[in-house]
Amino acid sequence: MRKLLLAAAIAAFAATSAYAQQTIRMGTEGAYEPYNFINDKGEIDGFERELGDKLCEMTGYKCEWVKNDWDSIIPNLMSGNYDTIMAGMSITDERKEKIDFTQNYFPPAASAYVALKGATNDVTNGNVAVQVNTIQAGYIAQSKATIVEYAIADETVAAVRNGEADAVFADKDYLAKIVEESNGELIFVGEDIQLGGGIGMGVRKSDAAMRDKFDTAIAQLKKDGTLNTMIEKWFKIKNAF
Amino acid sequence: MCADPKVLEGLSWFACYLTTPKHFQFYLSFLTVLALIFITAPFTLLLGFAGALATRSRFLPLRWIGTAYTSMVRGVPDIVFFLFVPIALDQVLEYARHRVLCPEVTDPVYRGNDFVVCAIAKLPLNSAPQWTHEIYGFALAIVAFSVVFGAFAANTIHGALSAVPREQLETARAFGLNERQTFRRIHLPQMWVYALPGLSNVWMILIKATPLLFLLGITDIVYWARELGGTKTSFFEYPHSDWRLWYFLVLLVFYLGLTSVSEKVFAALRRRVSRGQAVIGEIAEALR
Repeated sequence: MRKLLLAAAIAAFAATSAYAQQTIRMGTEGAYEPYNFINDKGEIDGFERELGDKLCEMTGYKCEWVKNDWDSIIPNLMSGNYDTIMAGMSITDERKEKIDFTQNYFPPAASAYVALKGATNDVTNGNVAVQVNTIQAGYIAQSKATIVEYAIADETVAAVRNGEADAVFADKDYLAKIVEESNGELIFVGEDIQLGGGIGMGVRKSDAAMRDKFDTAIAQLKKDGTLNTMIEKWFKIKNAF
Repeated sequence: MCADPKVLEGLSWFACYLTTPKHFQFYLSFLTVLALIFITAPFTLLLGFAGALATRSRFLPLRWIGTAYTSMVRGVPDIVFFLFVPIALDQVLEYARHRVLCPEVTDPVYRGNDFVVCAIAKLPLNSAPQWTHEIYGFALAIVAFSVVFGAFAANTIHGALSAVPREQLETARAFGLNERQTFRRIHLPQMWVYALPGLSNVWMILIKATPLLFLLGITDIVYWARELGGTKTSFFEYPHSDWRLWYFLVLLVFYLGLTSVSEKVFAALRRRVSRGQAVIGEIAEALR
């Protein structure tokens, strides 16, 4: 009798909690290691996958990951194809006009120029490759350099390798590993430039309640050091927050 | 054998590389492209017939609809339709569901730039597994492709219907066949010989247009070729340099193979459709 009651109670609890668990679709690009990429098993992986799963666990949402090209990532959020953006997207005033952000979960980081071996610092005034709709694109557009835009970050580096551009301007954390493994073929040039307000999770302006939940969770992760551990694992950066 | 890629060399590295789950998604995406082509084709023909018959109709509003469809869709750049139709159709369906399923929600659906409907009106639902979302996106793509290529097919079929010699139709009437019988037994079968060149052209253009799936965010062969081909650092289990050339070469071979098979099929169709027609060699005069 008691076992039956216990089973019924558990079933009721499970039913109500399953009923109450909302599914949130997390949008990401999947082409920006180590923030987000597609691993060899064909799954979305990276720092933001791990962080996103942890945030969903903490806020009680059921999360479903969705891949979307960088170009249309904000318009598709506003159309409702998914509910959040975790794609290495920096918090900027221009983006805040269209969507809302949580607090940043990655501190404002440097953007750097990379060019072929033997290049001097004045390649930063030549043809500079950037990814479309990024803070780096905005910066180069109003600098003296000639902007050359590409759809994905990998193409910007390929452009430098095959001579289409003199230099590439992107997040230093993205370029670090590429330069390291290029056998001296690619080098950092010019000076690092701080851009953006750090990386945050983008949500629709009409989803303030969900944003606040994620915000609280991020603050908690910062406080108990879990976020720092994750950042150190993926970026080898200690004590980010 | 493929448990630790770091110790593999040469052929065994390639064998393990080409059989990762990620690569299998690439191989499966070829089926996506083939599915798009073979599912779109009948719908294209259907819309083509509908458009052609509407344009030839004696009922004026129907004629306006037919003419508007063929000229508008042919006049506007394809990309506009491919980008507009899926988004517009999706929003129309979700809006209709919103009005039906949650009439008590009075907040505006268009808030600034956001399109927000109540949770149960979303199509597919947020809680639905990702594959339903992908099938839905694919279905919207099929609609967009069918609408665009249906207009071209409608133009071809309209021309073919007009090209059938009047004498054939008059003879049919003289034999006592009424209009429907004439159309079904004489006009339509004879139309194919005139329609075939145009329709085979539409088919080839449809094949070439399939990479536009990539623009709609569907992970098709172009997406995977670009994703797999890009330089990979040791972050990934199988690092490699820029191999996009090789992956796109595979795509080239695939499309060439598809078009050459289509050519053979159309050659057989030409022979078949030339039966009973005035022929030069094996092929109808009309096809010369």
